[in-house]
Amino acid sequence: MTVEGTAERKTARGGSKRTTAKKASPAKKETQSRARNSARPDQAEHDQLVQLLTPEGERVEHPEYAIDLSPEELRGLYRDMVLTRRFDAEATTLQRQGELGLWASLLGQEAAQIGSGRALRDDDYVFPTYREHGVAWCRGVDPTNLLGMFRGVNNGGWDPNSNNFHLYTIVIGSQTLHATGYAMGVQKDGADSAVIAYFGDGASSQGDVAESFTFSAVYNAPVVFFCQNNQWAISEPTEKQTRVPLYQRAQGFGFPGVRVDGNDVLACLAVTKAALERARTGQGPTLVEAFTYRMGAHTTSDDPTRYRADEERLAWEAKDPILRLRKYLEAEGIVDDAYLAAIDEESETLGKRVRDAVRAMPDPDHMAIFENVYADGHALVDEERAQFAAYQASFADAAAEGN
Amino acid sequence: MAVHEKITIAKAINASLRASMEADPKVLVMGEDVGKLGGVFRVTDGLQKDFGEDRVIDTPLAESGIVGTAIGLALRGYRPVVEIQFDGFVFPAYDQIVTQLAKMHARALGKVKMPVVIRIPYGGGIGAVEHHSESPESLFAHVAGLKIVTPSNSSDAYWMLQQAIAGDDPVIYFEPKRRYHDKSRLDTESIPDPLHKARVTRTGSDLTLVGYGPMVKVCEDAAKVAAEEGKSVEVVDLRSISPIDFDTVQSSVEKTGRLVVVHEAPVFFGSGAEIAARITERSFYHLEAPVLRVGGFHAPYPPSRLEDEYLPGLDRVLDAVDRALAY
Ligand SMILES: Cc1ncc(C[n+]2csc(CCOP(=O)(O)OP(=O)(O)O)c2C)c(N)n1
Repeated sequence: MTVEGTAERKTARGGSKRTTAKKASPAKKETQSRARNSARPDQAEHDQLVQLLTPEGERVEHPEYAIDLSPEELRGLYRDMVLTRRFDAEATTLQRQGELGLWASLLGQEAAQIGSGRALRDDDYVFPTYREHGVAWCRGVDPTNLLGMFRGVNNGGWDPNSNNFHLYTIVIGSQTLHATGYAMGVQKDGADSAVIAYFGDGASSQGDVAESFTFSAVYNAPVVFFCQNNQWAISEPTEKQTRVPLYQRAQGFGFPGVRVDGNDVLACLAVTKAALERARTGQGPTLVEAFTYRMGAHTTSDDPTRYRADEERLAWEAKDPILRLRKYLEAEGIVDDAYLAAIDEESETLGKRVRDAVRAMPDPDHMAIFENVYADGHALVDEERAQFAAYQASFADAAAEGN
Repeated sequence: MAVHEKITIAKAINASLRASMEADPKVLVMGEDVGKLGGVFRVTDGLQKDFGEDRVIDTPLAESGIVGTAIGLALRGYRPVVEIQFDGFVFPAYDQIVTQLAKMHARALGKVKMPVVIRIPYGGGIGAVEHHSESPESLFAHVAGLKIVTPSNSSDAYWMLQQAIAGDDPVIYFEPKRRYHDKSRLDTESIPDPLHKARVTRTGSDLTLVGYGPMVKVCEDAAKVAAEEGKSVEVVDLRSISPIDFDTVQSSVEKTGRLVVVHEAPVFFGSGAEIAARITERSFYHLEAPVLRVGGFHAPYPPSRLEDEYLPGLDRVLDAVDRALAY
């Protein structure tokens, strides 16, 4: 599977390589000047990472985040990450084939999403951005449902309450406030569930994120802020968003922040579990910064060769979240070749199912434009709907009359 | 509450909030200073004392946060009634209102409802400083998914707010702040008009004046003066700006043949333009004159010493009436 994943990336890079060749010098110049100006998080910051599994696949302990998983659970995490990556690769391909208008790949962020997603209880509520395909997977949202908005047949398209997984939110940072409000409601209801809000390092600059920190701290709302710092906001590196490590922001708002190795699924699971537990037991919000990397382009419309160096991606590929878990599982004898082959086969089946489902997705009916604009109706919408229906019908009438 | 009491609009809104909170434990009041202080206009006076801090929530000073968390609370099954302190301060929340609140129901293919009411004291005429006198209703009416209403008297203030809270759509409830302390009859017994129905408040045969919120009184005063001059002017209180009850306006105009629309907001791209266009389309052959508009200028709301020039007053409305009748 990992081999295949690499093949996918190579295919995807095929196109961009040509771009690099054509614009080799300016791209290089940009990278160099950025390196000069930048203050990338240094090694000292890196040492703050909570880590339970090294990039080499060695299990390490952390005094605050002990975790003990059964072989079954460990295999489950592996399966989740592999299938999510396969789904993601399929969606990227479908975009290349013109079946989707756009795709935002999660390649590289599988551990952050599966680790945090598997820390959740069924009654917890998730507020994602637009890249949380792995979290959606953990919530049991049918992956094909995620593709409707990228294909352009709807703007969301699932019932948030059936899996406690809110709609994807495109406007950066908005959903952190919805999560906070929802958590305030959970608190009012006297329920002991928690809420988790996902957002990126770029989003951390938005006022809404700061306001959600304020509200959640002031009301002690049971919410976990899960920032996937994948190092880039389209072309802007994290240092264009902040001069302090993101997890340290929480302190100024009066709640704890923790930076976790976002490519370590065990650490992400352990840290998120602890943060959710704090929320559940009335101790208020936590900011988790999952230090990770977006290995692909921002979206299929993006060309990362214009702003980042190949070496950077290669360095992060060595920290691949799936590979490291596999090394560990193999070393411990928790998985064998037969198991890995079975997961690969399951991946292929998933890929085919997604492919077929997307191709079979019908365009919405014309009249869908007017549906669900209002819950209780609106005279203007009714009037325009009727006019549009009559206009549409006029074509049918004309055709019937042989015009 | 007596059945036919004369009461200020501010008190009627307070009574309305109280009634809504009593009727439904999911109704919350949120905003800056709405608790102990009772809001800067005292509209929420006493509510926190009676319903507790858990239901009358003093929020951080962050408008996007107020509306954004109200959206989250609505997703959890609550019915938040949000107070924006003044019209000019709604803009930090404009993003949440436009990109999130208005579209959530459609985005979820109807699976979630957004029963959030945003109360905004709006309009000028109180001698305030900058950003305290604006009429941004058109900026909201242009957004599908929102409903916009504005009462002009105490009974409407009382009933329309409860209707807005009980509905499942987001409603921007504009409160005519310069009329907060005007007293009119509060009828808590009669069955109220539907939320989006316009109302003919004075009948006439020569010309129709359409106004809403703070301008209804100006229109009625103008109609009285016009009557003294022998002109018969009908007044329509629009009450709802999204949707607009064009049927009521249309039947009035088809009777009188002339229409003048009055609002405080700038005329350019304002609600008057919408009404003029629709009525021209619907009633072209009944019109004896072009539809005229009276409103604010395409200029920032002026310092208060100039607001009487900026706001449509009796004279400007009467001038428009004369011009329409001269065709
Ligand atoms: C308010 C807003 N501004 C700009 C955009 C365009 N945009 C989409 S994604 C993105 C970068 C977001 O970066 P980050 O928050 O780090 O998340 P990531 O995509 O890296 O997961 C931008 C600028 C947007 N969607 N919303």
